[in-house]
Amino acid sequence: MQLELTAEQLRFQEEVRAFVNDKLPRSTRQKVDAGLALTKEEQVDWQKTLHERGWMAPGWPVEYGGTGWGPVERHIFDEELAMGGAPRIIPFGVSMVAPVLMAFGSDEQKSYFLPRILASDDWWCQGYSEPGSGSDLASLSTRAVSDGDEYVINGAKTWTTLAQHADWMFCLVRTGQGGKPQEGISFLLIDMKTPGISVRPITTMDGGHEVNTVFFEDVRVPITHRVGEENKGWTYAKFLLGHERTNIAAVGRSKWQLGRLRDIAAAECDDDGHPLVDNPDFARHLASVQTDIDALEATVLRLVSRESAGHGPGPEASILKIKGTEIQQRLSELLYKAVGNYAHPLFNEAHGDTLGPDYAATLAAGYFNNRKTSIYGGSNEIQKNIIAKAVLRL
Amino acid sequence: MDLEFSEEQRLLAQSARRFLADNYDLPKRRERIADAPGFDRELWAQMCELGWLALRLPERLDGLGGGTVDCAVVMEAVGRALAVEPLVQNMVFAAALLDRSGCKDTELAQALATGKTLMAIAHAEPRSRYALNRVATRAEASDSGYRITGSKAVAHFAGAADKLILSARTQGNDNDKHGISLFIVDAGAAGLTVRDYPTVDGLRAADLSLEGVAVSTDALLSPVNGGLELLSTCMDEATVALCAEAIGAMDYLHAATLEYTKNRKQFGLPIGKFQVIQHRLVDMYIALELARSMTLLAAAGMDNGSPQERARLASTAKVKTGEAIRLIGQDAVQLHGGMGMTDELDISHYFKRITMIDATHGDVDFHLRRLVALQASDGLSH
Repeated sequence: MQLELTAEQLRFQEEVRAFVNDKLPRSTRQKVDAGLALTKEEQVDWQKTLHERGWMAPGWPVEYGGTGWGPVERHIFDEELAMGGAPRIIPFGVSMVAPVLMAFGSDEQKSYFLPRILASDDWWCQGYSEPGSGSDLASLSTRAVSDGDEYVINGAKTWTTLAQHADWMFCLVRTGQGGKPQEGISFLLIDMKTPGISVRPITTMDGGHEVNTVFFEDVRVPITHRVGEENKGWTYAKFLLGHERTNIAAVGRSKWQLGRLRDIAAAECDDDGHPLVDNPDFARHLASVQTDIDALEATVLRLVSRESAGHGPGPEASILKIKGTEIQQRLSELLYKAVGNYAHPLFNEAHGDTLGPDYAATLAAGYFNNRKTSIYGGSNEIQKNIIAKAVLRL
Repeated sequence: MDLEFSEEQRLLAQSARRFLADNYDLPKRRERIADAPGFDRELWAQMCELGWLALRLPERLDGLGGGTVDCAVVMEAVGRALAVEPLVQNMVFAAALLDRSGCKDTELAQALATGKTLMAIAHAEPRSRYALNRVATRAEASDSGYRITGSKAVAHFAGAADKLILSARTQGNDNDKHGISLFIVDAGAAGLTVRDYPTVDGLRAADLSLEGVAVSTDALLSPVNGGLELLSTCMDEATVALCAEAIGAMDYLHAATLEYTKNRKQFGLPIGKFQVIQHRLVDMYIALELARSMTLLAAAGMDNGSPQERARLASTAKVKTGEAIRLIGQDAVQLHGGMGMTDELDISHYFKRITMIDATHGDVDFHLRRLVALQASDGLSH
């Protein structure tokens, strides 16, 4: 057991910090700071910057363009990016479909898609949930019927994050009937420009447009765009879920958010006119969430160490999803509470300013938006089922 | 002791519910809040005709002489319908101020009751947070009255108001409890700038800048330097009315979530059949009933008793309501899954409204601290 980073790891940390400081555009950082949505260009621009430095895919094997870092370096990297105010890397290509392609894809799929994912030339989205299949994903009913060397797809996917930007979707479809619902599912790669696909935006309660419903009407997809074997898609989906899970805790992002909360609480007054950050009640909230972050980080580090020793994260990673999202939600709640009455005004660039502080503008919307985190990526209830079954053997 | 509604109150509840059900749904609400003034003036006129705006006004001001329970009955219907009209500010807060101040201006009271004059209350300031005594706005005595200079923050529906009731300091330092006076100011007064904006929960509010706004001594609503106690005790009534609004909204949210869990099937069963979901719905129900009981008790206690006792009741109701808001709001969204996050479904609109009720007139932390302070002063007086 050794708590300190090695000299080499410390140097690496400095290097990443300096890189983010130098290369992250000010305007992008400001938007991340203010909790505003980035444009597709801003997002892709940052990912391409990482790619030029060779840092786009730390988790990939070196032969595909990975960095060869160990889990500790990867953790440092994730944390420095988050603490530096960098936007998150959109995970659907680099962290989600790519490992599946490496493990199960054809040579053609690997040689075409992987370099394009690395260079952020293609934007990927995930076609999993359906209107009738959320937590019970295996009940999905979007059908793919083979017709010569093509599948014909009919159905709908929903909660599809940033599908409005996407060039490609990896998609679970039903190709087989009978047996267990998990057994008739295939994993397809779908070009979003294919005729018959329509993307309908879903406006969320904060007024944002992040998610969509994607409709398929007689959409023809070459059978060569199936990953692996027909009806084995569930296996690949489960493989994907077991991959790259330590960053779901988003500890770096939460530490950064806590720093922002402290700054705001230092600028705000409590009801006696003293700095809010010194108010006993508020200070207690801050200390409490700090303990949650520390304990979660320690848990991440334990899982990282285990990974270094050659073991995968395992179903315990569900702890990271549950606690990570609870912390994010708590922070977003304390943020809007910190500004008292100025949580009320609706942020609207066209509208002009209140007499309140600029940082208050998006805090209530941030709280509203963060309610999604305990719903998406396998709701926290489903994560608890996973722990109950796979860890506790209940 | 009788915590049952009277027959008249039951009829009032029925008619308020029916009126709002007939006149409100999500599409209509979207239309009404799209532009200033942020509510429907025609509907407002009908609410006045129903007598709602006269409910809390005393008979000496030609009002109906009702109590806070009557207002709470209406507010619960308002919350259930997610109506946005400025009832808390006018039916309760302004009416209570006119009543408890001893104001003799029957004409003004009738203008309020008939909807001819819309009023807004501007007590908060950009740096005051929730504390009513933190008043930096100054009212300097002049030959003909006062000149008021300062800023007021997040005054609900001040943009549409004809008259503003605002707190300003006539004596002392920014945090002093003594030295605050209440003034009635015309919305069109020279030197008054109103920044009107929508709020995250579909209402409207405004920030005010006052630069030497001249008012006569007639504009004084409170004793000079003695406005805080009046403001505080009237806000307690308004806070209880807000709690009642939240109860109506939470009652709807709980019922809608219950219905959804009975119909939404996953893993071959309605999700309401899973025990983990059942217990959460039970916890929501318990929180709602506790908040409902406390709000009712507080409403019944607003018409009598000492200001301290009213403060204790209002703060206790706001704490229990705030706790219920957090639990019911968050779980209503969670149990609806992705659908709960959408703008399309009404769930998120109720969630946003009740969340902002918690952040109005002081949140749970504020009212717990106030209860601690009340306890301490109570201990001293014994």
